[in-house]
Amino acid sequence: MIFDFLEVLVNAGFWAATIRIACPLLLATLGELMCERAGVLNLGIEGIMSIGAMVGWTAVYMGADLSTGVMAAALIGAAFGLVHAGFTVYLGASQHVTGIGITLFASSIGYFAFRLLLPSSTTPPKITAFQPIDIPVLSDLPFLGEAFFQHTAFTYLAFLAVPFVLWLMNRTPFGLAVKVAGENPMALEAQGIDVLGVRTLAVIIGSALMALGGAYLTMSAFDAFYFGMVNGRGWIAVALVIFASWRPSKALLGALLFAGLDAYQVRAQQLAGAIVPYQFFLMMPYLLSIVAMVVAAKSTRYPKALLTPFRRGERH
Amino acid sequence: MSPLLEVSNIRKSFGSLHANRDISFTVNAGEVLAILGENGAGKTTLMNIIFGHYLADEGTVQCAGRELRRGDPRAAIDAGIGMVHQHFTLAENLTVLENTLIGTQSLWRPMLSTGDARRKLFTLADQFGLEINPDGYVNQMSVGEKQRLEILKTLFNDCRLLILDEPTASLTPQESNGLFKSIRKMVSSGLGVIIISHKLNEIIKISDRIIVLRAGETVGSVRTADANKRQLGEMIVGQKISRPVRRSSRMFAPKIELENICTRKSKSQVANLKNIDLTVRGGEIMGVVGVAGNGQQSLAEVLSGHGRPTSGKVIIKGVKALEYTPMSFMEAGVAYIPEDRNNDGIVGDMSVWENAVLTETGNADLVGRMAMVRTSRCRSTAEKICSANDVRFQSINQPARLLSGGNIQKLLIGRWFARAPEIIVACQPSRGLDEGAISGVHRSLLAARSGGAAVVLISEDLDEILALSDNIIVMYDGYGSAAFENRNVDIATLGMMMAGDGFHAV
Amino acid sequence: MRFEVRETIPQWLPWLAVAGAGIGTMCFAAILIATAGASPLAGFKELFIGAFGSRNAITETGATATPLIFTGLAAAIAFRAKFWNIGAEGQLYAGALAVTYFGTGLIELPSFLMIPFLLIVACVAGGLTLLPMVLLRQFMRVDEVVTTLLTNFVIILLVSYLLDGPWKDPYSLGWPQGAAIIDAGVLPQLVPRSRLHLGFAIAVISAIIIWLVQSRTVFGFSGKAVGLNQSAARHAGIPVTKTIICIGLLSGGMAGLAGASETIGLKGYLTLDLSPGFGYTGIAVAMLGNLHPIGVIFAAIFIAIIYVGADAMSRAIDVPTYLADVIVATTVLAVLIGLVLVRYRVVMRG
Repeated sequence: MIFDFLEVLVNAGFWAATIRIACPLLLATLGELMCERAGVLNLGIEGIMSIGAMVGWTAVYMGADLSTGVMAAALIGAAFGLVHAGFTVYLGASQHVTGIGITLFASSIGYFAFRLLLPSSTTPPKITAFQPIDIPVLSDLPFLGEAFFQHTAFTYLAFLAVPFVLWLMNRTPFGLAVKVAGENPMALEAQGIDVLGVRTLAVIIGSALMALGGAYLTMSAFDAFYFGMVNGRGWIAVALVIFASWRPSKALLGALLFAGLDAYQVRAQQLAGAIVPYQFFLMMPYLLSIVAMVVAAKSTRYPKALLTPFRRGERH
Repeated sequence: MSPLLEVSNIRKSFGSLHANRDISFTVNAGEVLAILGENGAGKTTLMNIIFGHYLADEGTVQCAGRELRRGDPRAAIDAGIGMVHQHFTLAENLTVLENTLIGTQSLWRPMLSTGDARRKLFTLADQFGLEINPDGYVNQMSVGEKQRLEILKTLFNDCRLLILDEPTASLTPQESNGLFKSIRKMVSSGLGVIIISHKLNEIIKISDRIIVLRAGETVGSVRTADANKRQLGEMIVGQKISRPVRRSSRMFAPKIELENICTRKSKSQVANLKNIDLTVRGGEIMGVVGVAGNGQQSLAEVLSGHGRPTSGKVIIKGVKALEYTPMSFMEAGVAYIPEDRNNDGIVGDMSVWENAVLTETGNADLVGRMAMVRTSRCRSTAEKICSANDVRFQSINQPARLLSGGNIQKLLIGRWFARAPEIIVACQPSRGLDEGAISGVHRSLLAARSGGAAVVLISEDLDEILALSDNIIVMYDGYGSAAFENRNVDIATLGMMMAGDGFHAV
Repeated sequence: MRFEVRETIPQWLPWLAVAGAGIGTMCFAAILIATAGASPLAGFKELFIGAFGSRNAITETGATATPLIFTGLAAAIAFRAKFWNIGAEGQLYAGALAVTYFGTGLIELPSFLMIPFLLIVACVAGGLTLLPMVLLRQFMRVDEVVTTLLTNFVIILLVSYLLDGPWKDPYSLGWPQGAAIIDAGVLPQLVPRSRLHLGFAIAVISAIIIWLVQSRTVFGFSGKAVGLNQSAARHAGIPVTKTIICIGLLSGGMAGLAGASETIGLKGYLTLDLSPGFGYTGIAVAMLGNLHPIGVIFAAIFIAIIYVGADAMSRAIDVPTYLADVIVATTVLAVLIGLVLVRYRVVMRG
C-alpha cells in the first residue's frame, strides 16, 4: 500500500500532470506578483482569469487561430488591469473592495457575454486546443521525454514567463521603477517619474499574465469553457505570491510544489478513494494555500507601499 | 548674467490655509541661501513648488533664465535642481547604486546599465567627501549615510542647485559638521545651495544670505554677515513668545523604574533595548536623547505597555508590572504622547469631541446603563478639555483631522492630562509645531512635573532636552547611558555619546 | 483635472453618492439589455413587473431580500472595522450545517424555544467559522481576504461530503440533500401560502439592533475608532484585538443566520445549492447600503428586486439571467467611485 503511494513519484504521467497544473498557477502568480511589487494588491485576479479563459476560448471558437486567441485573452486581461488601476491607482479606492468588485464584474460579464454569443448549448462546445509538440530527440527520451518534453506550446510559453518577469523586474529601468513604486513611491516622484503611470503599467502587464493563466485552462489544459472553471485558482495564486516572498524565482518553485501536491492528490485519491471521500482531497489545495500563507506570514519582504495609494501634490 | 534660480510671486493655498503668499527671491551660483522660519511657515511647501511636487496657484520659477514647467519634478531635475527631502526618498530594499539609478535612464530601455554609474558615483563621492558603499542596502545604513546618498543622487543628476530640507534634523552635532564641510566644497565648485532650517545657530554658521518666512510670507531678507541673532529670532516668530523656564522643584519617590530591560530584535532596522536601567521620580523630567532609531521608540513602548520586554522588570510606583497592555499601564497612571500624533494619536475621521474622550471608554461617568455612551456628558467633558488647553476649532463636531498640528497636540495632551497621570511618556512632543504651540506643550510638561508627575521626555531636539530635563540619558544602539544631571552637561560630549562614544563595543 | 480633499463632508453626501451609483448601474444595465438586442424600457418594465407585479412577486422579493440583509450586515459590520470578511458564503453554510445538525431530531423543543435555539447555534457556528481568520490576521498578520475566500471552498466541499454521505436524507431519492428540519424548528410564514417567512422580520430587527449597538454603545464607539484608525485606538487604551474579535464573531454570526433562515425558513432542509452566492452579493449590499445597518435593509431589497425581476425579464425578453450578477458587480464598482467623490472634490483646472 505505502509502496503504491511512493510509486506515483516515479510515474512520468505524474510529472507531466504537475507541469500542466503548474502553468495557470504560475502565470497568475507572476501576474499578481507584478501588481504587488508595484504596490497594488489585485484581487480582481479570479475574475480576470475567468474572463481570460472565456475570451481566449471564444475567439478560437469564432474562428480565430490559437495564437490570436492567446492575444485576445492577454488584451482583455490588460483592459481589466487598466480598470483596476483606474480605481486603485488614480482614484485611490480601496484595493480590497475594488479587487472583489472586479472579480465579480469580470466573471459575471464574461458569463453574460458567453450566454449571449452561445445561447443554447446542452453539451459544452469544444475547440481544437493546443496540441503537444514533438521535439526531436528530447520527446523520445525515456521517462524525461514523457514527463517534460511532450507538452503544448502554451505550456512552454507559461514557463518562459519566468525569465521574462525576472528580466523585466531585475534587469530593466522599468522593473527598477516598479520595485520603487511598491516600496517608496516618493522616491520615484522625487526623480521625476510618474508613479501612477508606472503602477498602472505594472498592473496592466500583471493582469495580462493572469488572463493568460485563465486562457491556459480553456485552450491547453481543456478544450471547453465552463462556468466557475477557475475555481479559486486566482485566490491560490495570491497566497502563492506571499509564499514566494514576492520573488519570481520562488514563485516558480511555489507553483511547481503546489501543482505537484495537487497532481499527487489526484493519484492518491484513486488509490485511497474508497477510504477517504474525494471532497477531502479537493479541499487540499485551499487548505494548503492557507497553510502557505501562515508559514510565510512572518516575512518582512512585502512591498512597504502595498495597499497605499499615492497622490501627487497632497500634503504628507 | 541671470541668477541660477529666480522665484517670482509664488502663491499657494491648501483649502483655507495660505501656505505661501507672494514669495520672490533669487539664488546665485556659489552661494548658500538659508530659508529660515518656524514649523508651518511654508518653507517646505515653497521648496516643493520649486521642485515641482506641488503646483503653485500663481507665480513662476526660472532656472538660469528659463521658466520651469510647472508641477513636474523631471523639469526641475533636467534644469539642474536637486532636492534632499526631510523624509528621505529612498527605496529601503534596494542598494545604493540602484537608488542612484532611479530615473536616470529611459524606462523603455531593455537593459539597465550600471558600469558607468558605478564609476561616476565613486568619483563624486571622492570629490565631495561623501563616502559610501555602492552595493550596500539602504535599510542597513545610518541616517547620516542615507543623507550622503540623497546628496550623491542629486550630484549624480548633475545638479547645479541643491535644496536641503531640514538636513540636520536627525544628525548628531558631529555629523552636521561633516555635512557643512561637504556643502562648502560644493559651493566652492560653483553650486548654489538652498538650506531650510528652523535652527538659527546652524544657519548663521553655514549661509551667505538669509530669508525669513512667517505664516507663508517673506518677512525679512538679510546678508548673514549683517545678521543679528536676536533680531532674526523675533522676525521668525513675529511677536515675542518666550518658552517657559524650568525652575528647580522637589523630587519625590520613584514613580517608574526599569531594571535590566531587554526587548526582542525587531524586524525593522531599529535597535532593540539592551539591559536598560532607568529610574524616574515624581517631579522629575528625564530627557532621553539619541539619533533616531537607537531604541528610543522601544523604550517608549516598554514604558507605556505597548511593548513587552523579553527580560527585566518594569516597576510602577513600587509594584512590578505583570501585564503589558496599554490599558493596564493607563490604569496604573501612565500617559503616553506618541511621536506620530496623526496616526497614533487622533482618529482623524472622528469628531473633536469623540477624540477628546477616546481614552475614557472605561470611565463610569461617561458610560451609562447597558454600556450606552452618555453623549451629552461626553461633549461637555470634551468642551472642558478643549477650553482648558486652548484647543481651537470651528465646531466640536468637526473631524479632528481638520485641526492644525498644534491644536491636535494640545487636544491629545489635554485628554491625557485630564486623567491626572502620574507617569508621562512624551515622544517628540513639539516636533513640527509652531513656537506658540511649543511653548504651550512645554508649559504643560513643566506643570505636570511641578504637580509631582514623573515625565520621560524623548526628543531629538537637544535644545528642548536641555531646556526641560532635570536629568538626561543618551541612547545608542539600544543601550542607555547612566543618567547625568542637566547642569553638568556639555553639548560636545553629548554629541560624541550620541555617535556611540563611551558605549561598549558591540 | 485633479482631486482636492473636501474639508467637510455633509451627512447627506454619501447617501447621494450611493443613490447616484444605483442610477449609474441601471444605466449600464440598460446598455447591456440593448446589446442583447432587447429594448431597455421593455426590459425594465418586465423587471419591475417580475419583482412587484403580483402578491406572489412581492413576497418572492421579500424572501430573496432576507438572506441578503443578513449577508449584507455581515459584510457591513466587518468592513466598517476594515476587516475584509469575504467569507460570508462559507459562514452561511456553517450556519446551515449547525441548524441541520441540531434541528433534524437531535434536540426537540417546543417551537418558541426551538427556533431561538437554532438561530443561536447558527449564529455561533458562523462566528466560530470566521474566528480563526480573525486570530490569524490579528496575531500573525495573515491577510484575511484570501483566507476567508479559500475557506468558502473548503466549507462547501465539507457540505458536499456530508450531503453525499453521513447526512444524506435517505428519503431524498438520491438527491444530495439533508434531512428535513423538524416542524417545531421551521420558521412560520409571514404571508400565508408564500415563501416570505419570519426570517425577513428577524433580519430587519437584527439590522435595527446592530444600528443601535453601533451608534449608542461603547462597543460601537470602540469599533468605529478601531475601524478608522487601529493604532490610535490602541494608543487610547481601547482593547483593539478584543473589539475586532467581537466584530468578527458578529459578522460571521450574521452570515450564519442567513444560512439558518434559508434552511429553516425557506427550504426546510439543507441542500448544496442553498445559496447562489448570497455571501458575495452581501458585499454589494453592504457597499450600496453605505455600510449602515439601516441602509443595508434597503440595499438588500433593491438587489432582491434585481434578482427576482431579472429572472422574470430573462424569461420574457430573452436576456441572459447573468445580467443580475453583472448589475450586482457593477454596483460595487459604482459605489466605490461615488465614495471617492464623497471624499474628494474634482477640480477642473491646473
